[in-house]
Amino acid sequence: MIWLTLLMALPLAGSVAVALVPKTNEKLIKQTAFITTLIVMGATIAMAVNFQRDNVELQFVEKYSWIPSFGINYALGIDGLALVLILMSTILAPVVVLAGWNESHGGRWSVKSFYILILVLETMMIGVFAATDVFLFYVIFEAMLIPVYFLIGGYGSGERAAAAVKFLIYSLFGGLLMLASIIALYVMSGAQGGHTFDLKALSQLEMSSTTQNLLFLGFFIAFAIKAPLWPLHTWLPDAADSATPGTSVLLLGVLDKVGTFGMIRYCLTLFPEASKTFTPMILVLAVVSIIYGAILAIGQRDLKRLIAFTSISHFGFITMGIFAMTSQGYSGAALYMFNHGFSTAALFLIGGWMISRRGSSTIADFGGLQRITPVMAWMFFIAGMSSLALPGLSSFVSEFLVLVGTFTRYPVHAVIATFGIVLAALYILIPVQKALHGPTTPGNENLSDLNLREKIAIAPVIAIIIALGFYPSPLLNVINPAATHVIAQLGFSDPVPTSGDK
Amino acid sequence: MIFTAPVLNYTLLSPILILLGGALVGVLVEAFVSKGLRAITQLSVTLGTLILSLFQVWKIRNEQSLTAAAGSVVIDGPAVLLQASILIIAIISVFVIADTDHFTALAASLPGSDEERHAVQTGNQVTEVYPLTLFAISGMMLFPVSSDLITLFVALEMLSLPLYLMAGLSRRRRLASQEAALKYFLLGAFSSAFFLFGMAYLYGYSASVTFAGIRESVVGGSGNDVLLLIGMAFVSIGLLFKVGAVPFHAWSPDVYQGAPTPITGFMAAATKVAAFGAMLRIYYTVFANAQWSWSPLLSAIAIITMLFGSLVAIAQRDVKRMLAYSSIAHAGFLLAGVIALNKAGLDASIFYLFVYGVATVGAFAVVTLVRDAGGEVTDLNRWKGLGKRSPWVATVFAGFLLAFAGIPLTSGFIGKFSIFSAAYESGAKGVVIAGVLSSAIAAFFYIRVIVLMFFIDPVQDGTSVEIPSVLTRVTIIFSTVVTFALGIYPAPLLNFITNLATFIR
Repeated sequence: MIWLTLLMALPLAGSVAVALVPKTNEKLIKQTAFITTLIVMGATIAMAVNFQRDNVELQFVEKYSWIPSFGINYALGIDGLALVLILMSTILAPVVVLAGWNESHGGRWSVKSFYILILVLETMMIGVFAATDVFLFYVIFEAMLIPVYFLIGGYGSGERAAAAVKFLIYSLFGGLLMLASIIALYVMSGAQGGHTFDLKALSQLEMSSTTQNLLFLGFFIAFAIKAPLWPLHTWLPDAADSATPGTSVLLLGVLDKVGTFGMIRYCLTLFPEASKTFTPMILVLAVVSIIYGAILAIGQRDLKRLIAFTSISHFGFITMGIFAMTSQGYSGAALYMFNHGFSTAALFLIGGWMISRRGSSTIADFGGLQRITPVMAWMFFIAGMSSLALPGLSSFVSEFLVLVGTFTRYPVHAVIATFGIVLAALYILIPVQKALHGPTTPGNENLSDLNLREKIAIAPVIAIIIALGFYPSPLLNVINPAATHVIAQLGFSDPVPTSGDK
Repeated sequence: MIFTAPVLNYTLLSPILILLGGALVGVLVEAFVSKGLRAITQLSVTLGTLILSLFQVWKIRNEQSLTAAAGSVVIDGPAVLLQASILIIAIISVFVIADTDHFTALAASLPGSDEERHAVQTGNQVTEVYPLTLFAISGMMLFPVSSDLITLFVALEMLSLPLYLMAGLSRRRRLASQEAALKYFLLGAFSSAFFLFGMAYLYGYSASVTFAGIRESVVGGSGNDVLLLIGMAFVSIGLLFKVGAVPFHAWSPDVYQGAPTPITGFMAAATKVAAFGAMLRIYYTVFANAQWSWSPLLSAIAIITMLFGSLVAIAQRDVKRMLAYSSIAHAGFLLAGVIALNKAGLDASIFYLFVYGVATVGAFAVVTLVRDAGGEVTDLNRWKGLGKRSPWVATVFAGFLLAFAGIPLTSGFIGKFSIFSAAYESGAKGVVIAGVLSSAIAAFFYIRVIVLMFFIDPVQDGTSVEIPSVLTRVTIIFSTVVTFALGIYPAPLLNFITNLATFIR
């Protein structure tokens, strides 16, 4: 059964349905969009049930000729990692729609356009993780910038136009570097037995190490901008600051994962030798990101920018896990991607509700919320704890795995990164203390607590955070076989942990 | 002495002959048909001629006999494709030209004279633009199929002279328009002189004016190489002038800005197809074996052209000038296809020329719609908030800009990808890297226009968007559909081109 095409077609069909609803009937527009995302989520879960965990090959493979003159195929297929990320995307979509029920109102354009953009974006989010043809991946990778650009620029706040342009220019620049690498791969494939963009075929190309290094950089810079890794991160705080909370969730939670996903799927697979060559440098960048993001997060007065900087720190962990080249590190990174999606979603959505109620995003303005709006405050607290990786919440497992996986091969990096956790405690606890506990800031007395819609929207996110904190095996069972497989393919075996007494 | 009658092969020449016939009919219509019926008659004659010609091109696409006019014209696969592209672009351009409001009522009168005012008051609109267009198109059709230098030069003048006139026909800002025409004419005359000069040297080198003869000398390496180099250089200057490559681009921003917008669109799109068509033929066949003499220089020109066009476009405040610089950058991308010198490069160039031409005509058609009481508004500052006032027009224009920027799912991306991969395949890595970099720069100013239209609030200054006439609407819709359809599923057209495009030497 053509699961993946079906998954991609459903939101697209939903966007057509939304387009057909008259502009004035906003309620029906939102309902259509919400039901569409629910159906997509259901279909994804159904697909996940059919996924064979122990099979390390790509599953649900589809392949049709698209542009035969260039050997381009419409080719889809997923492994455990892609499955997990698609699952995350499709669960977050209805949450975002429901949580941001009213966020499309203050926009430059109609409510209708907002939901059309969101649904088109969902199609592309699924496609970008499922593509196994490099050209198809690139097309979706670039094309998905356009809906996000309009979502930030059209419905955001503050300097939204500038933030949208900054986001787009950064991403396009990275994308074009990747395009140059892709063209080089294509030409080489032509010289070595026929033009193709098939990921598997391209991974078997023979190339000199110089070429490999250059092409690796073309891909890696594009992904490092997306992910974002220090020093290519500067677009993210602006974008997150200006975008609506829902858009931020999709941007940081899902789109930025394309960067880390791409590092695994494309950098490691296509250029294993170059990946090893650059590992020391990348690990340094990752550790810098962890510490730098955390320190800047501590210094933020603005709630949205704070969350953006915490994400930079978290993406440092993910990148470190990937390039540690151990199966624990890899599993941890994969799990981290999933968990980060939910903890960021919780922070942004609850933060967004706080901001829209208060009419300000300055952290100092939220004093006393714990007393006035206890439910909202508690939810924010849990989300924050998940972000600092408190044991018992989902992020702990993944952060732990990443650190363990890194430690066995790169102990120094792991130790420095551990300080990131200490800093995380600061950047979360300071705002929690200021905003939630401190004395009531004047003007906060009459803020309302979460309503039923908001509670329903956030409940599954919090539930997943807690459930996966105690029992992560369902996901790890899907991820682990793929992790071992990838690491083995790269020619690594996990180092045996040495005891301290040597 | 036996006299052999030259073999003309009228079937192969028929598309061009039909156009010339139609143009002559147009001249007669201008002279004899009454004022009220003139415009509609001219439009029908022009469109009829173009469609008939296109039909004829389709019919001869698989003809076995290839040379016509005693070997002066070659109708091979690329020729058919280029001619068809020119005709399709011409047809959609004529739809926009049909809005005679853009053209001066009486081109022969002095700007601001009583004569002119009288003509406007009595509604005595002359329509000589139609036959001029047809003459220009017949020159464009002949240019890429010429197979000797004399025919090539005749075709060059045939396409250029009407264009000089057409550039001066604008109804509003007539002085600027006439200045543009004069500038275009003078610089064009210079470049023609260079071209002729180069021709003379090539003749001196090979003792032949036919492409086959020159090619033979180049392959054999018999003649004096200095003559060949000078000849190539000057012929190239003539051609590079027509496509607007740096440093021969100086005319294009002024002419693009001054000419009536429908003419700008037509000129930008169709001239590029014709000139690059001729260039491809000359470099791929005649000069192919001297590749090492011209390739480095042409690569340098391509790189400078791309970067210069993209960088200078950033500073533009006028939408027509911006599109002019963007077209300079695109000329650089297209040069990458010439440098590639392989089958893939040829296919890619033809595809690129067609999709770029169609998108260009569409984009300029949109420009004609944005007006105030004094005519078109091309100042970008006054395009602010267009997305709010007329979302559809702004969206369509944004689509064309994204295609120019080469964003995936538009035809521009497929074109760019195919042309860069062909150039990379031939080893021109520097050109590809410069191309990718300048694409990134170019993306910035295309996006800036999108920002202006969508993210900035409109100013109340009387700028409004005209409801497009049915014909202009057809052009805009056609261009949009082609741009996106070929971005999503280009396989049929690419296959068609690949199967047909092989130069006959």
